[in-house]
Amino acid sequence: MEILFVLLILMIVGSIIALETKDLLAAVISVGTVGLTCSVAFLFLAAPDIAIVQVVVEVLVLVILIRATINRDTTAISGDREFFGMAVSIVLLFVIFIFGIKVFNDLPQFGQPIIALFSDAPSNTYISRGLKDTGAANIVSSVILDYRAYDTLGEATVLFTAILGALAILRSKARKKQKETGNK
Amino acid sequence: MTGMTLIVKRIARCVKSFIFLYGIYITLYGHLTPGGGFAGGVIIACSFILLILAFGKEKALERISKSLASELDSIGALMFLFIALLGILIGGSFFINFIQKNNPGQDFHLFSAGTIILSNIAIAIKVGSSLFMVFVIFAVLRVVKKGDKFEMIQTEMRDEE
Repeated sequence: MEILFVLLILMIVGSIIALETKDLLAAVISVGTVGLTCSVAFLFLAAPDIAIVQVVVEVLVLVILIRATINRDTTAISGDREFFGMAVSIVLLFVIFIFGIKVFNDLPQFGQPIIALFSDAPSNTYISRGLKDTGAANIVSSVILDYRAYDTLGEATVLFTAILGALAILRSKARKKQKETGNK
Repeated sequence: MTGMTLIVKRIARCVKSFIFLYGIYITLYGHLTPGGGFAGGVIIACSFILLILAFGKEKALERISKSLASELDSIGALMFLFIALLGILIGGSFFINFIQKNNPGQDFHLFSAGTIILSNIAIAIKVGSSLFMVFVIFAVLRVVKKGDKFEMIQTEMRDEE
């Protein structure tokens, strides 16, 4: 479990570099480091499904972001920070930290989900009857595509709508108007 | 975009079909091994994005044009919804796994999990084509500095209409 702490420290360092550096390309690359470390952490937490999705999406997003930043000439950001904004964010961080301590005290121990204490909880049903009900050996896909398929349908709809909006805003030519000389 | 150097082009030509095959494998075996429709679709999209990066977007859009990707996007979403609606017609409730209920396959085999494998294929088609379109949109846009202002310029794109 020590390796998890090493990975967490790497992720925190990567995010701080991404926030603080003036170079846009370096910031994008450190965001990529954070994502890759996150995927390795998922692998150590025995969640290979999420690890595969994380690493693949991270690669894709990194390629898109690098293309977006290379095309722009805004590789350097200049200007100092405002004092007021800095003070507000520090105060807000402190408040969230105090609430966070209280929340973390109430959480169950790491690796011992509270749902395992109840024998009739849904997750126990999925684990014990998943293969018999759905026939899928991979229990994650039996949950996301059979027991909780509504969620997957909603996710697919969100993606579809997002692409529709992006295409409508960014398409190269406006849709042809009705011919002004024609039927009107 | 004219593409990259000869080394990149040669390696991309060798590797692209393997990436595509790996995406199909991840999709089809999503109910047996880690993976699934989403990850497989993203890998399939990555193989086409490799084509765009290495050869330029004209060569990639010859294989899968923008309107074809848009149609595949809609077809994937409708396929997923159609599978869900077939559950009402055959099994009696939305998203019921009617194939597994009526004639279950052998466990731990490729044709085993009923509608899950069909849903995985639908999601892979949908996610792959839509993420490919996102990249095409971003490859087309360019931001150019003019004096103090930044202007978004769209490079010429073939119109399929």
